[in-house]
Amino acid sequence: MKNKLIVIISSIVVLVGLFFIGSKLYKSSEKSRIIGLTSDNSKIFYPDYSPVYGNKDAKVIITEFLDPECESCRMFYPKVKELLKMYAGKVKLVVRYATFHQNSVHAIKVLEATRKQNKYWESLSLLFQYQPAWANHHNPQPLLVFSYLPEVGVDIERLKRDMQDPEIDKIIAQDMKDLKKLNVRGTPSFFVNGLPLENFGMGYLYEAVSKEIKKHYK
Amino acid sequence: MNSDKRIENVTIFFCWSVAAIATMGSLFFSEVMKFQPCVLCWYQRIAMYPLIVLFAIGFFQTAKSTIYFTLPIAVIGWVTALYHNLLHYEIIPESASPCQMGVSCSTVYINWFGIITIPMLSLIAFTMITIALVFLNRSVTNEK
Repeated sequence: MKNKLIVIISSIVVLVGLFFIGSKLYKSSEKSRIIGLTSDNSKIFYPDYSPVYGNKDAKVIITEFLDPECESCRMFYPKVKELLKMYAGKVKLVVRYATFHQNSVHAIKVLEATRKQNKYWESLSLLFQYQPAWANHHNPQPLLVFSYLPEVGVDIERLKRDMQDPEIDKIIAQDMKDLKKLNVRGTPSFFVNGLPLENFGMGYLYEAVSKEIKKHYK
Repeated sequence: MNSDKRIENVTIFFCWSVAAIATMGSLFFSEVMKFQPCVLCWYQRIAMYPLIVLFAIGFFQTAKSTIYFTLPIAVIGWVTALYHNLLHYEIIPESASPCQMGVSCSTVYINWFGIITIPMLSLIAFTMITIALVFLNRSVTNEK
């Protein structure tokens, strides 16, 4: 009886120990793999085609993988904007896409088409603002976005035409390909100058950005 | 008599180890590697996780009662795993699967040596437990 107890308890201890050692090893190997990607390919964090917010010459680049239909992205967005304002001129935001929801592709096509009318950032804020309505889980109404966008002065007729552009499909496909390469499995996912965050959370993003600011602007 | 007792203990401890390793592995995939489990994976988890507790308790009980409680759960898990593998290897078409939004049950996350995938690991674990229990059941019944 006592022996059996010892066997079970020691097995549990060994297994739990292995689990934690394994997760530590996995995390560190992932980190060095991503750092490897940064050094041989900066395009992955800053492709030519991606929308960029902020000073083009800023030395600190936040790459955000976002999904217009994702609720966490909606919650993070104003805080990311605040962060950009705080370090205005020194930080820029590069938006890349993840299509993790049912209507993500539709929403991304809409957003990309608004770029042709120079209304991208207004439209992104607007889509996030009205997200609970058009991206409602029980009754998603992706076509509703067309009724909101005139609020920021988007020409809907033109938008619908621009959405057909096959270039947009290529952008989405490339973003999804890079997302897999970076092992991004949730949104929003941030990389600051190509480095993944220590952990998920706004605090970690602030920390990473201020570290890079200190490094590049003394 | 003593050696029979020994076989019982070893078999149940073996089953417990398989369940514990499978549980740890599945948690590693979802919590550390951040693979999102699909619906069928959840059903298999529902069968696998309680087996740890049942085998741990069974280790201190008679083999017969342990088999009564664990074998049905193991068989349910095995059938689900088998179905999942058939989907995974496209023997049953994906359209007939119960997975909707989120992760498709035919998404391939890992593929070691060309054959070992996550549903395959699950099937192997349930198969080992089921076979061990059936053998144990036989040796316990023969005893009488």
